[in-house]
Amino acid sequence: MEIGSEKEKMGFEETELRLGLPGNGGSEGEVARKRGFSETKATTMDLKLKLSSKDAGMDLNEKAKTLKKEKNLLTADTAKHHAKAQVVGWPPVRSFRKNMLAVQKGSSEESDMNKASGNIAAFVKVSMDGAPYLRKVDLKTYQSYKELSVALGKMFSSFTIGMKDFMNESKLMDVLNSSDYVPTYEDKVGDWMLVGDVPWEMFVDSCNRLRIMKGKEAIGLAPRAMGKCMRNRS
Amino acid sequence: MQRMACSFPDEVLEHVFSFVQCDNDRNAISTVCKSWYKIERWSRRRVFVGNCYAISPGMVIRRFPELRSIELKGKPHFADFNLVPDGWGGYVAPWISAMAAAYPWLEEIRLKRMVITDENLELIAKSFKNFKVLVLSSCEGFSTEGLAAVAANCRNLRELDLRESEVEDLSGHWLSHFPDDYTSLVSLNIACLGCEVSFSALERLVGRCPNLRTLRLNRAVPLDKLANLLRRAPQLVELGTGAYSSELRPDVFSNLSGAFSGCKELKSLSGFWDVVPGYLPAVYPICCRLTTLNLSYATIQSPDLIKLVGQCQNLQRLWVLDYIEDAGLDAVAASCKGLRELRVFPSDPFGPEPNVLLTEQGLVSVSEGCPKLQSVLYFCRQMSNAALMTIARNRPNMTRFRLCIIEPGTPDYLTLQPLDVGFGAIVEHCKDLQRLSLSGLLTDRVFEYIGTYAKKLEMLSVAFAGESDLGLHHVLSGCENLRKLEIRDCPFGDKALLANAAKLETMRSLWMSSCSVTFGACKLLGQKMPRLNVEVIDERGPPDSRPERCPIEKLYIYRTVAGPRFDMPGFVWTIDEDSAMRLS
Repeated sequence: MEIGSEKEKMGFEETELRLGLPGNGGSEGEVARKRGFSETKATTMDLKLKLSSKDAGMDLNEKAKTLKKEKNLLTADTAKHHAKAQVVGWPPVRSFRKNMLAVQKGSSEESDMNKASGNIAAFVKVSMDGAPYLRKVDLKTYQSYKELSVALGKMFSSFTIGMKDFMNESKLMDVLNSSDYVPTYEDKVGDWMLVGDVPWEMFVDSCNRLRIMKGKEAIGLAPRAMGKCMRNRS
Repeated sequence: MQRMACSFPDEVLEHVFSFVQCDNDRNAISTVCKSWYKIERWSRRRVFVGNCYAISPGMVIRRFPELRSIELKGKPHFADFNLVPDGWGGYVAPWISAMAAAYPWLEEIRLKRMVITDENLELIAKSFKNFKVLVLSSCEGFSTEGLAAVAANCRNLRELDLRESEVEDLSGHWLSHFPDDYTSLVSLNIACLGCEVSFSALERLVGRCPNLRTLRLNRAVPLDKLANLLRRAPQLVELGTGAYSSELRPDVFSNLSGAFSGCKELKSLSGFWDVVPGYLPAVYPICCRLTTLNLSYATIQSPDLIKLVGQCQNLQRLWVLDYIEDAGLDAVAASCKGLRELRVFPSDPFGPEPNVLLTEQGLVSVSEGCPKLQSVLYFCRQMSNAALMTIARNRPNMTRFRLCIIEPGTPDYLTLQPLDVGFGAIVEHCKDLQRLSLSGLLTDRVFEYIGTYAKKLEMLSVAFAGESDLGLHHVLSGCENLRKLEIRDCPFGDKALLANAAKLETMRSLWMSSCSVTFGACKLLGQKMPRLNVEVIDERGPPDSRPERCPIEKLYIYRTVAGPRFDMPGFVWTIDEDSAMRLS
């Protein structure tokens, strides 16, 4: 089958978007199926949305860029890159299965846990005060607090989240006294802590769930480091 | 002809119709004439709704006033891989409320990928006096409290199956809510539960239900308790073990082995978490009777797997981890001559390098040795066109073929060519292929083959493939029986979508994420196709705050007679005939 002739059949033109609608007669889905698709093409209503030539040009450039990007993705060299930048939902293994394998690996081989944990997902629930639904994130897909903060910001985009430097006491107090949102987490022993007080890897391993609270409500919580800081002072 | 039909009293026709159970046949019967439509709708007892948003509960109830059984599906398939943000939808609540009022005699509810709350479960438990079957497949939103309500109130419950649902484990005591005089349990699947259920309650429940055929335990049930459970239920046909590990002790072993031998009807085994290989021989006495074996959580190595499957001459369905390796699949090909379905899952899906000796050769072996093989799900790291062509020629009876080459864009490892001709051979030779998943390096050519040959194809999954809109156009214009199409990370844009808009009304649904579809095209489609819901899922904010040419994140299009839905979260935009952008 000639690819060229296929292109002609499709009316493949950069400046027009044609809409292939069902015919005027029977617009029932059933009837369309019986008639087959060559017939529906014949009764297509042409809605020509002519883009300006300038737009068409940009269209082509963008298209070329996308194709080039795809081609780059497909070369053998960059194929390895995929392993590091974990693509969401790929390979298509369900969370239940991923978590089950992770748990078994962790319990059977202590020494390999550090190696294995780099590859296992870490899904935690994220709730935000005032938001009507929970989200879930895989902490393993982020490398730092900054990345997590950006992702959370996108998810709950109508709210602003402050992921401030908790090592600085005065900045911390500013945030806690404002009405900004502050991320907190429940660790493995059930304590609620401010996000940002421990090194990233330790946080990923110990975080059970996230809750994004209003700054004022988070005043009761203190990062472990601040606690130490305050104790040293007195 | 019409006179003849009217000459039968309604009761006679109804009796005749009662022998026709298949949904498609009953649908056909209802279109013959008005009187058949009327009789059929009053006598329909079971309905399957493949997309809960394709129709409203009220419409179903108005047409079928005497239902006893309903099956509903909610979220798109790609929700299994976290591509559908939480809060998207799939709430069963409106269905339960409506049915509680309309169907007091409802007996069965089966849900897949839906959100069901404890309140919904309580309503089910209170409203349906003869409730018998609850199957929650990949559902979420409920806790063990809801299960307690079902256990306490559904005195005629036969089946409680929670397969792969996400349940909030508040306590294991819910199982104790089954009353002491409750004895009708036939099937219990709690494999997905994390917490320990009260074991004594479980033992007593199992012991007093003589019709129990299926028991799938969760990981928390220890191996040394399994023998006692089995002795109380020697009539079991399907068993899922809990954790399959314990200190190696001869008394525990012989007790277990004896208990297994006592189960003369056992045909299906699953579970096997935390497997200690030393305990595997306990199941050897029953291997020859097994038709289904699910070892997909069993982290055991190839030699142990070979010893096990080598004894399963009657196996029809095998799910296993890639620890089985090519050598193990050779053993399967040699021993399991009745095999119909093979699923090989990855033990280390995110590792950059292969950790096991599993290649395309294992699948080729099984395709050669197992003449009845028709359903395959195979994760591997290398594939060749030659292997795919061999598999296609060996198994023209294949109906489900899902191949996942773990690294996106992997070419034929022998020739470095795309895998177009290999998959082309699959669709050309396997004329009854219903389901296909593609992977590896693929150009538009593979879609040309699919559009040309895959005439019976109903579901197609595509990822990281294709070069241009032509690819999508081949599929939409060629696959006459296509019902579900799901695509991610492919360079498909507006043109093929718009040129084949009519096709979308003949399908259940289309999913496209990380492709090149623009908001402009979605608006056009939504305005012109009133019987489609065109949902733009985009977490970056309102789509019209970006240039119309900017690709949207995710698109979900489905046909519906219920109009736009009203339970959409803030990140889903839909466009209707008013050509106004609709938010929830």
